[in-house]
Amino acid sequence: MRERESPQSKRYVRLVEKEQPKVSLKSNLANAFLIGGGICVFGEIIRTYLLYYGLSNDLASVWMSIALVFFGSLLTGLGIYDEIGRIGGAGSAIPITGFANSIVAPAMEYRSEGAILGLAARMFIIAGPVVAYGLISATVFGLIRSVFR
Amino acid sequence: MNKTFTLKNVFVEGTASVVGPSEGAGPLGDLFDVILPDDIYGESSFEKAERKMLLESLSLCLKKYNYRPEDFDLILAGDLLNQLISANFAVRDLNIPFAGVFGACSTFNLSIGLGSLLVEAGYVDRVIAGACSHHQTAERTFRFPTELGVQRKATATWTMSGAGSVILSRQGLVKVKEITFGRVVDYGLKDTNNLGAVMAPAAFDTLKRHLQNLGKKPEDYDLIATGDLGSVGQIMLKHLLGDASLDAGNLTDCGLLVYASTQDKHAGASGCAASACVFSSYFYPLLCQGQLKNVLLLATGALFAQITAQQKDSIPAVAHAIAFEKVE
Repeated sequence: MRERESPQSKRYVRLVEKEQPKVSLKSNLANAFLIGGGICVFGEIIRTYLLYYGLSNDLASVWMSIALVFFGSLLTGLGIYDEIGRIGGAGSAIPITGFANSIVAPAMEYRSEGAILGLAARMFIIAGPVVAYGLISATVFGLIRSVFR
Repeated sequence: MNKTFTLKNVFVEGTASVVGPSEGAGPLGDLFDVILPDDIYGESSFEKAERKMLLESLSLCLKKYNYRPEDFDLILAGDLLNQLISANFAVRDLNIPFAGVFGACSTFNLSIGLGSLLVEAGYVDRVIAGACSHHQTAERTFRFPTELGVQRKATATWTMSGAGSVILSRQGLVKVKEITFGRVVDYGLKDTNNLGAVMAPAAFDTLKRHLQNLGKKPEDYDLIATGDLGSVGQIMLKHLLGDASLDAGNLTDCGLLVYASTQDKHAGASGCAASACVFSSYFYPLLCQGQLKNVLLLATGALFAQITAQQKDSIPAVAHAIAFEKVE
């Protein structure tokens, strides 16, 4: 029998699971809530500001998204967003700033392999799957909606 | 098969180490020969910075002990990157014959083990054995882009930046006494964020065989230092030792010595540089001064690639044991 299928190995795998360091769910949730919430509040401030200056509701939302993408990219470039992500977890990954981070981070990383095969080709290695499956699920739900309208 | 080599005539003549800025800021910071001002070290990529660290540690072996390249018969060195690019590129300007060695994070011990056997056999007079790793290049090879805002698991280790090299010859204060090469051990674990737990069975297997072959007990060594098991791997190794009724009192881990707990490096340092730099700049001087009489260095390596991990294969691991002893 292969070692990796032996009872001894199976026992060890169970022991490893038991010895996993305990992560504090409470503080993780609190951090994600505060940082994710903070990003949303920041977005709302931008939107309110734009509405105040007379932009329509739709246009203000679009410009707010653009602004958040800009700030997410800027903070990634300055080497700050990964520090925020380390604390915020999903709280900083789910908002659109996290999407910007997921594109800018590999673009920076692969810049050394040139503008085409490095930066441009690799910038979607993390965001690409999100876009692909996002489009697929949008299509599926769009079809469902058109049938049951 | 399953042999432990006992050597009579091989010594560590000298060592050199180069580390990155966060390693230099750790508790052993003052001991390393060179601390880089930043991670990129004046180069245009982190890969180039990594090979520059290795070249610098190899060159330091010549400079510190007044040797010329022609005094060396061979360099044995390796790193973590594909096709051993750090080692292969670093040695191109040194004009010394070179053999690349890959044992993942156990590369340092594998280089010393092979080099020592060549010296013992009399084929060579003086060789350099070395290894290097770099945090940013390892992250790119094995994980995510460094600027990506991901949360690391508490079990994850932090690949350290550094390079360490030793001169092996027939003279010196510290003897290379025993070598046990490891068996590749796979207990079926798949989590690349918990390599300590993956490597602990390999460390246990090699340690047990080493002790059995020599009829020794763990207490016979002043220190048994694993390479980069980290905090989680060390707990697992203690479990395995406990089950086999072996004492773990003098057990330490190179990876756990590199960073202060305030540096937020999770389970500790890892990478080829962990055992290479900690041995070169911490254990070796202690052995020379006689503060340690003997040390068993048990460098551990996880032998996976990103492709095998993505294909959901389990992770094989290896550990090589080398006993160093202060010459009376």
